[in-house]
Amino acid sequence: MSKEPSSQKLPSSKLPSEGVSSKELPKELPPELPMVKITIDGEERECEAGLTVLQACEEAGIEIPRFCYHDRLSIAGNCRMCLVEVSPGPPKPQASCALPINEGMSITTNSPSLQNARKGVMEFLLINHPLDCPICDQGGECDLQDQALAYGFNRGRFSENKRAVGEKYMGPLIKTVMTRCIHCTRCIRFANEVAGVDDIGMLGRGEDVEITTLEKAIDSELSGNVIDLCPVGALTSKPYAFRARSWEVQKSESIDVMDAVGSNIRIDSKNGKVLRVLPRLHEDVNEEWLSDKARFSCDGLARQRLDRPYARNEKKQLVPISWQVALDLVAERIERAKTRIAAVAGEQCDLESMYALKKLLTARGSNKFDARQGGAQFDPSIRSGYLFNTRIANITRADALLIVGANPREDAPIVNARIRQAWLQGGLQQAYGIGTACDVTYPCRWLSEQPQHLLKIASSKDKERLLATLSAARHPMLILGYDALERKDGSDIWRLCGKIAEKANMVREDWNGFNILHRGASAVGACEIGFNQRVDGFMPLLISMAKGEVEVAIIMQADDFDLDSLAKCFTIYIGHHGDRAAQVADVILPSAAYTEKSGIWINMEGRVQMGCAAVPPPGEAQAEWRILRALAEKLDTIPPWNNLQELRTVLWKEHPELAEQDRPLRAVWQSLDDKSNKEFSLHVDPIVTKRENYYMSDPISRASETMSACTRARRELRRKKNAA
Amino acid sequence: MLDDKDRIFTNLYGQAPVDLTSSKKRGIWHNTASLVKKGREKIIEEVKASGLRGRGGAGFPTGLKWSFMPKESDLPSYLVVNADESEPGTCKDRDMIRFDPHRLLEGCLLASVALGAHYAYIYIRGEFVRESEILQTAIDEAYEDGLLGKNAAKSGYNLDLFLHRGAGAYICGEETALLESLEGKKGQPRLKPPFPAGVGLYGCPTTVNNVETIAVLPTILRRGAAWFASFGRPGNHGTKVFSISGHVNKSCNVEETMSIPLKDLIERHAGGVRGGWDNLLAVIPGGSSVPLIHRSLCENALMDYESLQELDSGLGTGAVIVMDRSTDIIKAIARLAHFYKHESCGQCTPCREGTGWMWRVLERMVEGKAKVEEIDLLLQVTKQVEGHTICALGDAAAWPIQGLIRHFRFEIVARIEERQAQTQASSSIAQQKQQEIA
Amino acid sequence: MPDSKTAPKSFSFRAAFAERAKKEIAKYPPKRKQSAVLALLDLAQRQNTETNCVTDAAMENIAKILDISRMRLEEIASFYTMIHRKPIGKYHVQCCTTTPCMLRGGDSLVALAEKKLGIRANETTSDGLFTLSRVECIGACANAPAMQINDDFYEDLSEKHVENILDNLAAGKPVTAGSQIKRRGAEPVQHSETSLNKRSGYKVS
Repeated sequence: MSKEPSSQKLPSSKLPSEGVSSKELPKELPPELPMVKITIDGEERECEAGLTVLQACEEAGIEIPRFCYHDRLSIAGNCRMCLVEVSPGPPKPQASCALPINEGMSITTNSPSLQNARKGVMEFLLINHPLDCPICDQGGECDLQDQALAYGFNRGRFSENKRAVGEKYMGPLIKTVMTRCIHCTRCIRFANEVAGVDDIGMLGRGEDVEITTLEKAIDSELSGNVIDLCPVGALTSKPYAFRARSWEVQKSESIDVMDAVGSNIRIDSKNGKVLRVLPRLHEDVNEEWLSDKARFSCDGLARQRLDRPYARNEKKQLVPISWQVALDLVAERIERAKTRIAAVAGEQCDLESMYALKKLLTARGSNKFDARQGGAQFDPSIRSGYLFNTRIANITRADALLIVGANPREDAPIVNARIRQAWLQGGLQQAYGIGTACDVTYPCRWLSEQPQHLLKIASSKDKERLLATLSAARHPMLILGYDALERKDGSDIWRLCGKIAEKANMVREDWNGFNILHRGASAVGACEIGFNQRVDGFMPLLISMAKGEVEVAIIMQADDFDLDSLAKCFTIYIGHHGDRAAQVADVILPSAAYTEKSGIWINMEGRVQMGCAAVPPPGEAQAEWRILRALAEKLDTIPPWNNLQELRTVLWKEHPELAEQDRPLRAVWQSLDDKSNKEFSLHVDPIVTKRENYYMSDPISRASETMSACTRARRELRRKKNAA
Repeated sequence: MLDDKDRIFTNLYGQAPVDLTSSKKRGIWHNTASLVKKGREKIIEEVKASGLRGRGGAGFPTGLKWSFMPKESDLPSYLVVNADESEPGTCKDRDMIRFDPHRLLEGCLLASVALGAHYAYIYIRGEFVRESEILQTAIDEAYEDGLLGKNAAKSGYNLDLFLHRGAGAYICGEETALLESLEGKKGQPRLKPPFPAGVGLYGCPTTVNNVETIAVLPTILRRGAAWFASFGRPGNHGTKVFSISGHVNKSCNVEETMSIPLKDLIERHAGGVRGGWDNLLAVIPGGSSVPLIHRSLCENALMDYESLQELDSGLGTGAVIVMDRSTDIIKAIARLAHFYKHESCGQCTPCREGTGWMWRVLERMVEGKAKVEEIDLLLQVTKQVEGHTICALGDAAAWPIQGLIRHFRFEIVARIEERQAQTQASSSIAQQKQQEIA
Repeated sequence: MPDSKTAPKSFSFRAAFAERAKKEIAKYPPKRKQSAVLALLDLAQRQNTETNCVTDAAMENIAKILDISRMRLEEIASFYTMIHRKPIGKYHVQCCTTTPCMLRGGDSLVALAEKKLGIRANETTSDGLFTLSRVECIGACANAPAMQINDDFYEDLSEKHVENILDNLAAGKPVTAGSQIKRRGAEPVQHSETSLNKRSGYKVS
């Protein structure tokens, strides 16, 4: 855990871009910065004071070539590609990335001597570069290639032997060809600053410097981002190695479902196969980062897939059947069950399919459905009680933080990176935690594992007087996670945290510090459309299934609950992987994974986002809403839609707010405590994290070989750490 | 020639012991309190009036540099003394430290007053183990005698001074790299701005000065700015310790007036060029980082900033490296190129990649294994490095090579042609033999 | 990095060294103890009289003491030439060969030492007694050629001197550091000072 002490090297704290999202929560704008007059290439401009020359030029639409500069990392100034001339100033060219603008500064970006300087730098970068573009995966999306074309010589003049550098081990995700490295140190800075792990460094000095790890995997959930950051082909994706050229792939824009962040992604596919997943810029959500699970679990999409319907035969063996037979069979069982049907939806379900499933059940007179397969308890009718109210982009403004029953680093690495940023920028001095102590990459005092400690905090009887700290803070946050909510006393902890938030005045006119850190991409959507209905919705459902009160259970992409409870039900599994639930299902209806359908997901902050299909589902698999539509038809309860667009129209009519894309839902604070002022009944068991493995937490990532390799690598890391 | 009475470093040759008592006999620590009491402004004013310029190589006016320190700051200010003497040819600071450590310490106290610093660090190069021991002993003595610490030298001024040893890196002589190293990091130069006077050691206002710059301070304040300014030509005032090495009969350190003719310096103090003045080939007049000057220019060169600049060289650290006609001048400069390649920190592109390239080309040129066109290529490469790096090491690596090409291009050409003639001859002999065999 | 098989598993500063380490750390503001990193690496190296380098275990220990990550420490150790991560002989013979010493025969001294010790530069004798290095300017240019063996400089060297010094060290006999032609410092040879001499009225104080 390192905090770069030389704060002058950090980019000035930048508020996320003003989008529609920021309308209701007026962001506190920094004091208006004075404007300064500068001249760029003879043209006068007014720019905000505090910008660097490079940023000012960019604003003016003038491209300044660069390798080491990255606007989300500290300034290194080492590549020397972004040289400009300034006057008044020293007679030699200056690195524009590190130079602040001054009143009256005149900047030249394109004089012949600068062109020569850039040519010179370009030549230096290339003399020891292998120029092995034909066999380099970066080819076609390589900064070095592009800038060599734009700013370089047309031939080499270097006749000495080139330097060769040995490959480094960076874990199962990152392939290294270090001879290609140009020592921009972006990867080091990313690891230190954003990921918060000191695993990458530059050893040696002079021309012998080498970027390296200490021969161990990078211990971060965000490590894959160094691949995007690397401007050359030194760090490339190991799983994607030699799979395709960047210009051959089809690029589709979608939303990640591996956690509840709703990271914007680009899915690259070729010949109907997803080859890789990359982040897409969204300032308010994932910036340009992506978690390793979101990026690398895509190989799981091609493995253990359910590509045709199955049903059990007399010998209780699953055998392939046709859709026709399957749907008839299922419809018949549902008909027979009358109202005794129930449904569970998993974490990756899209909004439309949950809506369709709910409609199917309610049409049959059942209201037994829930999407909280882990048994989380909170009131799904109080929006401010289940949203990440502070919003992801505002995390960086936090100056006090209490984490309850969550490991943000694993539950939502992107959120954790923002918290770390709040700490790096100096606003947040220290976080406090209740629950299993874990390394979150910033200082966090884990006060207790006992939920009772929350009572102490609420009544200011704790040693730390945390309530006072939270009240005194300008932007206090409480993050409540599923390790607490999924307990038997989850709803009590939820109410208690709400009380703490109120007592500490965390909900203010311009700030709401109460946050639920969801794990599933479907979680908020399920609440919004009423798929989750009661505070403790799932456990009673599970019990009634176990008791045999439910005749038919429709399990949609849910594999992570006590499947034994289904023993007495006729189980219909709608899902895409032959994972856990498929093993106990009586009928399997193969469906589409998130990359194979268009769908809506609402992220933890209530942001409605739509993803597009990148590839078709394999074999006979179908999008869930289609399956449910066909089933409904068999059941003679034909819903008022024939296609996805019509389904959405109906959905949006019922929930007009959800029609607005990319804008967090409005949430007015509502007390979580019903007026009864019930005592909080807390259990004595410690709040511990149940999830053991970050990398393999859902059917897709469990099917992924890459994720399995990551799991092994991390286990090895932990083993070595413990041994030391 | 400078009179002994006007010499500041009266124990430069270590004739006398270095302990506190002996040092006091040389006038060091004599009524220092009265100098301290001149106060910050007055000291800076005197230093400005004395014309003292930084003795570490860059020659920046010391008084002006000190005036950049903030007068008021919530943060502590630091004085950092650069004793990381590593510039090839330079060996003056070492002798000031081992033979006259108290002079430096007294200077630290006075400079700290001028900077408003209550903490000072002396960063000494790691290889100077014995020197650091001597200096540490002197620091201990000074503390014990009340000359450092609270109410230092009974002046009412508090100064804590610590010795910090480096561990082998030339680049740590660059002031921001030195600060990085002092903070316990790799010695990689920082981007400027911000300058150390604003954001220096631990992010606090800091001034970094060379040992000699600090050590001459007490004498300047005692004898007055006018006395110091009376030596040397305008803009080049004072006395200076020169190191003379290489092909001279009596290589030595000597304190002389600024602007002393180079020839005087060599002839009078260093016992002349080996084999006589006419045997001279070239001189590097200011440490390895400045371009060499051809013998034809040595006759009239004065040892000061302006004169040497006019000769496309520089005073640098005042380290004179003399080379006689037996010198393989290409090899001598190639060796310097190797030095810079070895000492490049590896941070920024032109220096990291350029120093190695230049050295390799030069190594081939030593053997004549190059093409004549490559001389211009090499010159271009030096220009591509120069002025494009984070710190001055890039310039320092480029200049000696530029100097070589400027004055000895014919030598390189001759070497290449000689080699070509040889290979041609040997290949024609081989051809002949083949024909004979056939 | 040292061979993991032979390297010791644990490291701690022995009392005297721990005391010195404490003193070094005390030189810097409390939150800036990382400043002592070079000092601690040096001390760890000095304590390790077996291989005269910083072992992995020592690196772990120092990282812990100074609260810096292992990677950062590894970067620092690799940056400075005086910090060794690989075993070094008891006597580290470092011949200066940069131009001022080169002009006065520095290279021939290396050649001599190579012949004498039966190793090449950057190698260690099989008995672990000598490591020979060509180093860059050690800052004794007016006393060239010079070399450094461990903490001491040996200056104004001739081939004969080098031979003697190496012989004596190998035989465990004492050697005299400093100028081998009895100069005190960098005064002109044979007490022919052109300044600060009796002729000019200089008195030793």
